[in-house]
Amino acid sequence: MAFEGIGASVRRTEDQRFLSGRGNYTDDINRPGQLYAIIRRSDRPHARIVSIDTKAAAEMPGVVAVYTGTDLQADNVGGLPCGWLIKNKDGTPMAEPPHPVLAVGKVRHVGDPLAVVIAETRQQAKDAAEKLAIEWQDLPSISSTQDAIAPGAALVHDDVEGNVCYDWHLGDKEAVDAAFAKAARVVRLDLTNSRLIPNAMEPRAAIGDFDRATGEHTLFTTSQNPHVIRLLMGAFVLHIPESHLRVVAPDVGGGFGSKIYHYAEEAIVTWAAGKLGRPVKWTAERTESFISDAHGRDHVTTAEMAIDKDGNYLALRVKTLANMGAYLSTFATSIPTYLYATLLAGVYKTPAIYAEVKAVFTNTVPVDAYRGAGRPEAAYLLERLTDVIAHDTGLDRVALRRQNLIPANAFPYQTPVALQYDSGNYQATLESALKAADWNGFPARRAAAAAKGKLRGIGISTYIEACGIAPSAVAGALGARAGLYEAANIRVHPTGSVSVFTGSHSHGQGHETTFAQLVADQLGIPFNQVEIVHGDTEKIPFGMGTYGSRSLAVGGSAMVKAMDKIIAKGKRIAAHLMEASVADIEFKNGSFSVAGTDKSKSFGEIALTAYVPHNYPIDELEPGLEENAFYDPKNFTFPAGCMVAEVEIDRDTGVPSVVSFVAVDDVGRLINPMIVEGQVHGGVAQGIGQALLESATYDVSGQIVTGSFMDYTMPRSDNLPSFKTGNEVTLCTHNPLGVKGCGELGTIGSPPAIVNAVIDALSEYDVRHIDMPLSPQKIWSIVAAGPKRKAAE
Amino acid sequence: MPQVALTVNGKKVTVDVEGRTLLVELLREKLGLTGTHVGCDTSQCGACVIHLDGASVKSCTMLALQAAGRSVTTIEGLAKSDGTLHPMQEMFREHHALQCGFCTPGMVMSAIDLVQSHPEGLSEQQIRHGLEGNLCRCTGYHNIVKAIAAAWPLMHGKTMPAAAE
Repeated sequence: MAFEGIGASVRRTEDQRFLSGRGNYTDDINRPGQLYAIIRRSDRPHARIVSIDTKAAAEMPGVVAVYTGTDLQADNVGGLPCGWLIKNKDGTPMAEPPHPVLAVGKVRHVGDPLAVVIAETRQQAKDAAEKLAIEWQDLPSISSTQDAIAPGAALVHDDVEGNVCYDWHLGDKEAVDAAFAKAARVVRLDLTNSRLIPNAMEPRAAIGDFDRATGEHTLFTTSQNPHVIRLLMGAFVLHIPESHLRVVAPDVGGGFGSKIYHYAEEAIVTWAAGKLGRPVKWTAERTESFISDAHGRDHVTTAEMAIDKDGNYLALRVKTLANMGAYLSTFATSIPTYLYATLLAGVYKTPAIYAEVKAVFTNTVPVDAYRGAGRPEAAYLLERLTDVIAHDTGLDRVALRRQNLIPANAFPYQTPVALQYDSGNYQATLESALKAADWNGFPARRAAAAAKGKLRGIGISTYIEACGIAPSAVAGALGARAGLYEAANIRVHPTGSVSVFTGSHSHGQGHETTFAQLVADQLGIPFNQVEIVHGDTEKIPFGMGTYGSRSLAVGGSAMVKAMDKIIAKGKRIAAHLMEASVADIEFKNGSFSVAGTDKSKSFGEIALTAYVPHNYPIDELEPGLEENAFYDPKNFTFPAGCMVAEVEIDRDTGVPSVVSFVAVDDVGRLINPMIVEGQVHGGVAQGIGQALLESATYDVSGQIVTGSFMDYTMPRSDNLPSFKTGNEVTLCTHNPLGVKGCGELGTIGSPPAIVNAVIDALSEYDVRHIDMPLSPQKIWSIVAAGPKRKAAE
Repeated sequence: MPQVALTVNGKKVTVDVEGRTLLVELLREKLGLTGTHVGCDTSQCGACVIHLDGASVKSCTMLALQAAGRSVTTIEGLAKSDGTLHPMQEMFREHHALQCGFCTPGMVMSAIDLVQSHPEGLSEQQIRHGLEGNLCRCTGYHNIVKAIAAAWPLMHGKTMPAAAE
């Protein structure tokens, strides 16, 4: 049998069902007697609800119920909670306006839900929803981030002054001011980080079910973290005890962050099922996803780097305006603060950093974590700024990076923005990527492209991220309202096969394979005798779910901890059976042996003895072989790496094509290299999407212009190249596996590499910066205007 | 309510449908064939691709009634009765061409039609162009392209002509 342990590219267990059409996604589930819910949403960006007349809708064929926000309010349904409290510079808490499940009094963005129609069939509910008569009073609206803080701006929430959610800062302002005062030069860059729509291919869906006989509620939902949903919805919204609320997140078709949050529809179907005593199903149409799934990014930033005469970084000053949208989504507030500003050292030894972040409300869909979440914004800022420094000073952009990198012998490295990096080797990933991309051979490729009439450019980015979220005490001190450990239960069956119950959730990451490899390797049992169970609060221990590239680093570590307990108990059983001292028992390759003898017992024999305890130390040891563990990480993990992109631009159309892409990453130990490579590919594709194609755009009236796949440019197969990937390995020092996480690095490292490449391709036009997405229109306008003489420095 | 008679995965079926029922709704909701997915409402994503008389079609783009008398194959109908996967399914697994699995059924159905309709061989560029109608958010397409190139020789029973590679 082929090796299937740690380090093997084992083909995925879950593929059999996905490839044969036997996946079990939420919308594939139908419950007996099921009703269908259609949500009526606001088509106004900002308006008072004068009245909602439900009579005509309620009389339509098949309609069972119509509910509005006042019905939910009357039944004591709470608002959707925010999971992270940020404090202002002066120590006061952020503004936290109510987020009703169905709008009451006012709607605040296109897509804001305001009524639900429930009928026997989906079509009947849809027809009836059209009959709701709503009288509006339109209000002035805010559709762009900057407009939120303009003097006299309309207020999204009447009692949130100036639309400011919080005004927060991090770092040493005085040290930064002092460094700026003595700097040889200051380089400034204004940039935006564009607003994105995650667009997992499976639209969100939810089914509420209620058993009147037992009083148990069940919610099937497209979630990355069923326990978090159960906690938030049970405790804050519907007031249902955990004992009577089961949340199931079955197969989930992609998340990328957008399925972390507790959404209104989950509460609506659970509540309505309880009222009606029948299951209620809601499935988003894609158009609905565009206006109800949390969006990502949306920063407006000014960054300034103080440098000495040789280009050494002395201090960084950053001022960011972050768009929260109309309401606070579950983790929205933590993204532009603790997942962004804390990353502003990047891979560089910049000694002083000061960041100010103002989060604002606008009449747009709420913004929250999207793959990378805060870290792409930090990496983009640093890597664009570094290229702009090279542009303004004439220094070489690779040399500039080399001289400012944190040296490989400086770990653990304390940054000036709170984080302590445990391990890394940024020189190794940089040099390896340059080599794989044949950086030195680029001039010849540029000349060849020029001969074909194309503009060719090469770009680089050296990035870092903080993953393995998160040490609970640290997160708590920073305002998190939840613990961020992970849980695992390992159940060894009598014949030695194993079921693993994990709080991590797989929605494309291949946990059923990677986790099984990990467990099979550590227990020395065959891969196909390990079953991974996840996604159902009735089966798994209380776990925090999957986001922030945490599943292996935190969830996997919980499994190791549980397995350690299994092995420790197994040793005591083995010592009894072989009449040896526990201290003399060794466990290796699936067998317990007495040191220095040929006596041994297999893992299966020990398991059987635990369940058939005829010859057993029953006075000192319980029968059975099953252990729980909760693992709380000691620190974040810090994957890092280097990406190099090459683009060619068609002068006539301005269309950029990515012709080569290299990513060399350090994600710590690899459990399944094939899956890691797949994660890199997918992340890079999304990053290229942000750099060149995607943008959530609102017009001045507050309507979303990119509300379907016909308008929002998703990367398609012919927009992308094949990718070249590689790894350098430094182990994480504080988790038992030495793993760092790989889910998000692609979206973090790739946008600046692409933008830097396009700007390099336009070097004869002396372009300093272009905001994403680098559309053909933007590029063409530059080319059409003709080459510029380089401005006098 | 009108009736429609058609063949699905080799079996003749007759179903009551509304005039406005889409073929994908017939498959998912009336026949329980939930392997065919719905990822959008503008015929852009390709998660619902099936074969209609052997050719790939977006089943969200036609009415159930339009399939009267036709033969539909869905992802559930690809494997042999003993569970042996179609070479395209096998190559998707071998080359890690799927992650969350949601776009996969439509992607596999499109890919099979693409390979079948190019007996002369397929270049990487042709494969990428041929997949334009199918969105995947997880894989970045790299491994899907590899899987399709690897399935070509298995489906045609010969090596890919060099000119196409």
